Amino acid sequence: MDLTKLTLIETIKGLKERQFSEVELNRAYRERMKKLNPSLNVYLWAKENGTEGIPAAIKDIIVTKDISTTAGSKILEGFVPPYNATAVDRLLEKNISVIGKTNCDEFAMGSSGENSAYGPTKNPWDLTKVPGGSSSGSAVAVASDMCVFALGTDTGGSIRQPSSLCGVVGLKPSYGRVSRYGAIAMASSLDQIGPLTKTVADARLVLEWISGKDGYDSNCQNSEFKVQSSELKKDLKGVRVGVPREYFGKGLDEGVEKVVREAIKKLEKLGAEVVEVILPHTEYGIAVYYIVMSSEVSSNLAKFTGIRFGKTRDKFGSEAKRRIMLGTFALSTGYYDDYFAKAAKVRTLIKQDFAKAFQKCDVIVGPVSPTTAWNLGEKVNDPLKMYLSDAYTIPASLAGIPGLSVPCGFSEGLPVGLQILGKYMDEETILDVAESYEQATSWRKVKPKL
Amino acid sequence: MKLNPQQVQKVAKLANIPVSEEEVEKYSDQLSKILDYIDQLNSVDTAGVEPTFNITGLSNVLRDDEVGESLSQEEALKNTSQKKEGFFVTKGVFEEG
Repeated sequence: MDLTKLTLIETIKGLKERQFSEVELNRAYRERMKKLNPSLNVYLWAKENGTEGIPAAIKDIIVTKDISTTAGSKILEGFVPPYNATAVDRLLEKNISVIGKTNCDEFAMGSSGENSAYGPTKNPWDLTKVPGGSSSGSAVAVASDMCVFALGTDTGGSIRQPSSLCGVVGLKPSYGRVSRYGAIAMASSLDQIGPLTKTVADARLVLEWISGKDGYDSNCQNSEFKVQSSELKKDLKGVRVGVPREYFGKGLDEGVEKVVREAIKKLEKLGAEVVEVILPHTEYGIAVYYIVMSSEVSSNLAKFTGIRFGKTRDKFGSEAKRRIMLGTFALSTGYYDDYFAKAAKVRTLIKQDFAKAFQKCDVIVGPVSPTTAWNLGEKVNDPLKMYLSDAYTIPASLAGIPGLSVPCGFSEGLPVGLQILGKYMDEETILDVAESYEQATSWRKVKPKL
Repeated sequence: MKLNPQQVQKVAKLANIPVSEEEVEKYSDQLSKILDYIDQLNSVDTAGVEPTFNITGLSNVLRDDEVGESLSQEEALKNTSQKKEGFFVTKGVFEEG
């Protein structure tokens, strides 16, 4: 039995029934990691001789006590946090061990993993392609079985998009569901920590572990998530699935559209009622996001002065500098009303779009990314082109609602994810729909050849 | 909206970001393109729309005023490159030095 192929739930069961030991489990993952990490560039730090716990990978923007944390930036090279993020502490309580810290775009700013100061992570399905970003290493760690599951962060799609491009399950919880304490802040009104896993059931379990109030994140209140013990319904009778017209327009790759439409047909076959919905302000999502996000970035990254920790500001990479400057401009005297205040108002309209759509449906489905994984280097010199690849994930982030990506097929040999969005604090329904779909299909069993 | 090289230099100074001549040119071009794209927000009618800064709508979240655990002085100073007698060393504010 190859232990690295097991899901989190299977791993827990195997350990409980003494089919294998924690030592054997850790050895299997360490060997897998040693073999694959040099070509995929997933881990920025990896545990040498772990023998205990269930090995999970943690995005390197989430702080880990006494373990180097870089956020993918040279400015934090050598930084060793004196505390754990709440999500990490909660995993440790569940007998999870940190097998490694995963590569990511610098300060989670990017959609391809290429903005890491430590070199890009490669897509396990095709080493010449990007894995998506910014949780690039976490998605590849799961896809290539170099960990049981991973944590990532999602600000505008950074869990869902790499999950889609690498063929794993990725869940962005509702804003306020999981404490952000210890996630190095990028855009505070958008950032969320969430799981990347081999199955939907695994994501559900990890969400239960990491959710809930901790007293360190004021936006995280009444936020405990419990796995319901009742059996999962196999069919989707009574579930209304909304399909937004705006997510199937110009820019959507034909191959991706075909796969996603097939997945929606499958949901219908499982008993769901498919209804058309409209999200009319979708086209403004990216513009709103780049003002709101970069403004918050300029403020959050002001703390990197090289005084209390980290190095001096000349060590920021070019995307970080670009966003800090864009945000500084948007907040500056004379431009605040035209940019930041205007974007915050359009954000309200985007949020209202979802509220109206959810009067007609229980979940909203569509593509995660307009294309499959693109070539390394293809968009690095055109930041705007890179930004446009997040058109379908950004609106949900602005509205604070939960969303996930579940594998739904392949286009020209590369994975495609189905995005399922839910009402605020209703992760339950999106997980149920995703799990019914997953069990009725066999996409998750197809693994990259490495 | 275009950001000319002088404006880029001003923004970089406000943001305390060191930029080279070459970078100023590059950012002027890239930021102008991004701002042109963002200008489409002007076509959205937002009259009477309240802004959203935080989707939770929570405010004044308080906790009991109790002393909890915190980092020790040693831990807090662990990652600094310059410390003196248990304090961080910073640049002078009013004079160089």
